[in-house]
Amino acid sequence: MSSIGTGYDLSVTTFSPDGRVFQIEYAAKAVDNSGTVIGIKCKDGIVLGVEKLIPSKMMLPGSNRRIHAVHRHSGMAVAGLAADGRQIVARAKSEATNYDSVYGDPIPVKELADRVASYVHLCTLYWWLRPFGCGVILGGYDRDGPQLYMVEPSGVSYRYFGAAIGKGRQAAKTEIEKLKLQDLTCRKAVIEVAKIIYGVHDEAKDKDFELEMSWVCDESNRQHEKVPEELLEEAKAAAKLALEEMDAD
Amino acid sequence: MDQVDFNAPHSMGTTIIGVTYNGGVVLGADSRTSTGVYVANRASDKITKLTDNVYVCRSGSAADSQVVSDYVRYFLHQHTRIQLGQPATVKVAANLVRLLAYNNKNNLQTGLIVGGWDKYEGGQIYGVPLGGTIVQQPFAIGGSGSSYLYGFFDQAWKEGMTQDEAEELVKKAVSLAIARDGASGGVVRTVIINSEGVTRNFYPGDQLPIWHDELESHNSLLDILGAPEPMNI
Repeated sequence: MSSIGTGYDLSVTTFSPDGRVFQIEYAAKAVDNSGTVIGIKCKDGIVLGVEKLIPSKMMLPGSNRRIHAVHRHSGMAVAGLAADGRQIVARAKSEATNYDSVYGDPIPVKELADRVASYVHLCTLYWWLRPFGCGVILGGYDRDGPQLYMVEPSGVSYRYFGAAIGKGRQAAKTEIEKLKLQDLTCRKAVIEVAKIIYGVHDEAKDKDFELEMSWVCDESNRQHEKVPEELLEEAKAAAKLALEEMDAD
Repeated sequence: MDQVDFNAPHSMGTTIIGVTYNGGVVLGADSRTSTGVYVANRASDKITKLTDNVYVCRSGSAADSQVVSDYVRYFLHQHTRIQLGQPATVKVAANLVRLLAYNNKNNLQTGLIVGGWDKYEGGQIYGVPLGGTIVQQPFAIGGSGSSYLYGFFDQAWKEGMTQDEAEELVKKAVSLAIARDGASGGVVRTVIINSEGVTRNFYPGDQLPIWHDELESHNSLLDILGAPEPMNI
């Protein structure tokens, strides 16, 4: 899976003989070791979900948010180094408000994704800057409908129907592929995302986790917001039930 | 009689109009650019292209309005071709115009009407008058000649016109203003913008209606000089 790039991995401005930049790959490892983050694009919007691992019982529930609103119409879920993630979110917010001031229209999600990706990439070009140790799933709803983008630490950004990063991404992707996204409404998708996150959470390795979810859909008036309390509780209950049924086998 | 100063700032007295109809917009303008009482250009084109689907009618100082249009065309080109990859919306074009107009309000003297068509909202007209306000309207009028058109539009404007009705309305309105406003004159130019594209039309004096007390226009001196009446000396 991983190879040691001895000697060629000390700086982000060094290529290895086989054309790799190891520092960027190591940055991606930071993302791989964080809690799972999922985003899916359904019929009428986007749902983002985060497996927020809780390091200490003393933490207040609802603190250390991993999903941030970037603009009225878009939100971003972060995996990896939290402080790095805060920087990216701040930049995205700034790009979005700047675009709005100049062009008088909310920033198209594609444009926002491009700008975030350029910014992340920028930090992989200089030896005196380290790459961002976080990956970002960006979901938004603009004139061209709901769109989902994922930006990796290398600065690469692709558009997805469903994306997952973090520890449980392999299992999560498998589950997402099983869903019929074109027919799924966001209301139903919230339940599915909760089930997936509860499903990929590794009880043995990690302790507690908190489920954080947000959506942008027709039902939320195309605004990015936290999933409403009762729906979130309903989703958690359904997810726990599904787990028990699985365990009962 | 005082010498005419040909180098004085050129102002477009002007009548400019923008009207939405069922399917797009019709922009119209006169063609007189004046320097004091001298008509510097009697066939100017005051309807300028910003992008393939958005045009702007210019009034006030000719130089100011040209410079603003040039900047906006440049910014829109960057925005459209380089970043977005699809045609700009009329709203974005109008917003860029008003940012320039507002932020430079102390140095500019130009009233603009931005009109165009995009696939999201269809035909739209935005007025950007002197101070840099932006207001979306079903129709907009501007320039010195527009003073004479407020009552006319109150009576003649209606929602959901056809393309021909809208163009007739614009043509009639500009010719009415030309009849009464000394700073407006020349020909009537119209630009129609809809989903199919852009059509430019040109109506010289002889194709325009004659109003009360107006003299018929003559296109050529030959018409006047061609058949002189015998003089009775």
